[in-house]
Amino acid sequence: MLEAILLTISLDDFIWIIVGLFAMFTCLSIVVLSLTWLERKVLGRLQLRLGPTRTGPMGLMQPIADALKLILKEDIVPASSEKALFWVAPVIVVISAFMIWVTIPGTQTAVIQNLDLGLFYIIAFSVIGILGLVLAGWGSANKYGTLGGLRAAAQLISYEIPIIMVAISVAMLAQSLDLREIVDGQNDYIYVFVQPLGLVLFFIAGLAEVGRTPFDIYFAESEIVGGPFVEYSGAHWSVFFLAEYINTFAIAALMVILFLGGWSGPVLSGNWEIIWFLGKVYVVIMVIFWVRGTFPRLRIDQLMAFAWKVMVPMSFLSVVMTAVYQFYDWPAWSLTAMSSAGLAVVGLLIFKKMTAPSKLVAEVKARREALEAQRRPAASGGGD
Amino acid sequence: MAWFIFISLAVLTIAGALGVVVARNVVHAALALLVSLIAVAGIYLVLFAEFLALVQVLIYGGAIIIVLMFAIMLTRNTDYPKISDNKQWPLAALAALAFLGVLAPSFIINRVEGTKSHNASFEGIGESLFTTWAVPFEIASLVLLVALIGAIIIARSDEEEN
Amino acid sequence: MTPDTFSVELFTQNWTAVALSAVVAAMAIGGMFAASRMLSARRHSEEKLTTYECGIPPSPYTWSNINVRFYIFAILFLIFDVEAVFLFPWAVIFMQEKINEANTLPFYAMMMFLGVLAFAIIYAWKKGVLEWQK
Repeated sequence: MLEAILLTISLDDFIWIIVGLFAMFTCLSIVVLSLTWLERKVLGRLQLRLGPTRTGPMGLMQPIADALKLILKEDIVPASSEKALFWVAPVIVVISAFMIWVTIPGTQTAVIQNLDLGLFYIIAFSVIGILGLVLAGWGSANKYGTLGGLRAAAQLISYEIPIIMVAISVAMLAQSLDLREIVDGQNDYIYVFVQPLGLVLFFIAGLAEVGRTPFDIYFAESEIVGGPFVEYSGAHWSVFFLAEYINTFAIAALMVILFLGGWSGPVLSGNWEIIWFLGKVYVVIMVIFWVRGTFPRLRIDQLMAFAWKVMVPMSFLSVVMTAVYQFYDWPAWSLTAMSSAGLAVVGLLIFKKMTAPSKLVAEVKARREALEAQRRPAASGGGD
Repeated sequence: MAWFIFISLAVLTIAGALGVVVARNVVHAALALLVSLIAVAGIYLVLFAEFLALVQVLIYGGAIIIVLMFAIMLTRNTDYPKISDNKQWPLAALAALAFLGVLAPSFIINRVEGTKSHNASFEGIGESLFTTWAVPFEIASLVLLVALIGAIIIARSDEEEN
Repeated sequence: MTPDTFSVELFTQNWTAVALSAVVAAMAIGGMFAASRMLSARRHSEEKLTTYECGIPPSPYTWSNINVRFYIFAILFLIFDVEAVFLFPWAVIFMQEKINEANTLPFYAMMMFLGVLAFAIIYAWKKGVLEWQK
């Protein structure tokens, strides 16, 4: 039955793929080291501190010192934990984080393997990572861990939907799921000009997907002491954070590819365009760090309400908008106008929510007033 | 080579499925199911159905397993949930055998000719799905709606009990 | 993305790379774990292996169960995931269909599909299941 199908691959190709993958892993590790340093520096500056300064010039050796420390630390597996799950959870998380990098292109040719269904592939494999967090929380046999794992699952699945919808609306604009063709489709204008709503939704949902502030409630140290990671230490812990930074980089890279024109830019050509790509990605990452330095953490109920009542309907609308615009051949500015209007609605909703008197505060106030009202007649009754 | 890949994926699928049945620990069973489902995605790839393989990963490997994990966590057990042998297994075995009895003859009668690669292109799937099969596609949306309404009703009745 | 340029070689290369990426990641992580195992300090004690608890002795862990409301979110996610599976092929072909064969059915079919799902989410909203319950 199957003999006729020749799944052949030459040894050369095979070896090159393996070399490419190891090179990619090394590059990503270096990027992660650079990101940890950058994050501490940027956060330090935002808070009028210096950040790391002692290790090497400008503290540049700090990430290496951290990495060494994490490897040398004892790897503790709690006695009551589910050992197998405890072990396998970080591996699942990091494998799914790395797998999507197979098809993320740096330039037209700098990609390990360009998949025709690239965008769909990335979304399919990023969902697997969610499971790793749930298993980590469950396997730790710790109530903070389980709570964190559950919160992670609820948050990540809720914000996955806007990511998918926005990705679809970009695929509609480019008429392709191939990431290289999506970048080529932005030759006339980059998609942020026609779909600003998409960019903002993707950015917010992306922050939530990688659990960065303000969406870090599932492992918030000051609240559930690290959530799914509470029992992890040493190498296992560092693997989770390797995956987190790889994912942050992936989200920034996807934002650049889907909305900001990828590697296209003036002056440079050929594989040098990767400088444009990395430059744009690091700018997006700086914005992510800036958000972390600025916003307080959201409560879990606010977070879920925001996902289902703002993000999901709005991302739905962005798909419908794009479809209608394309189907009826409307001019490009009409999509810009519709999308901007949608963005204004999102902004207004957030603003109203932020400035509105909190229901919780009102409740507490009402209760206190009721209590006081109860006391007062008694007190005045005694006086009369 | 294709045979070798197919056989190893098939072994992995069956091993995963056996793991689901044999494992005493429910979460381990869920992990074994994940292995089995991903191996099925691999088998789709051997058949050149890349879209189907990705759908398998996204829906079964991702969403279904997460739903399953939630369901496991919902079970009201004070101890760590273990699967216990229950009295339903003869019935389950009978149902499985009956299913096999329907599937196996239908495959034997309608043998798929595997002489050339059946590459169902992504566009081809889209075209036939939204033109020839537009009505079943609309019905699918209703099925999803029914699933959601059912889940909401179950959740609400559970809440009223408490 | 053109169906007529399908090549078995390219397909094999693509998916070999995908399969190998998992292997490479597992190997790299395995190497890190091995290095850590060889280099790290190991001093075992009973106390160290107990689970973490905030300032009180840890009680034996009961695998606590969760509110049924969590389940709704999982089901909702599943539904939208299935919907996304339909949307992806549609996104790429609906314009081709319109231009090449003047076939507008895919567009209206999907709008109807989205309408039903919009109804689903409005229903869930009205029933109050989108609120987070403790």
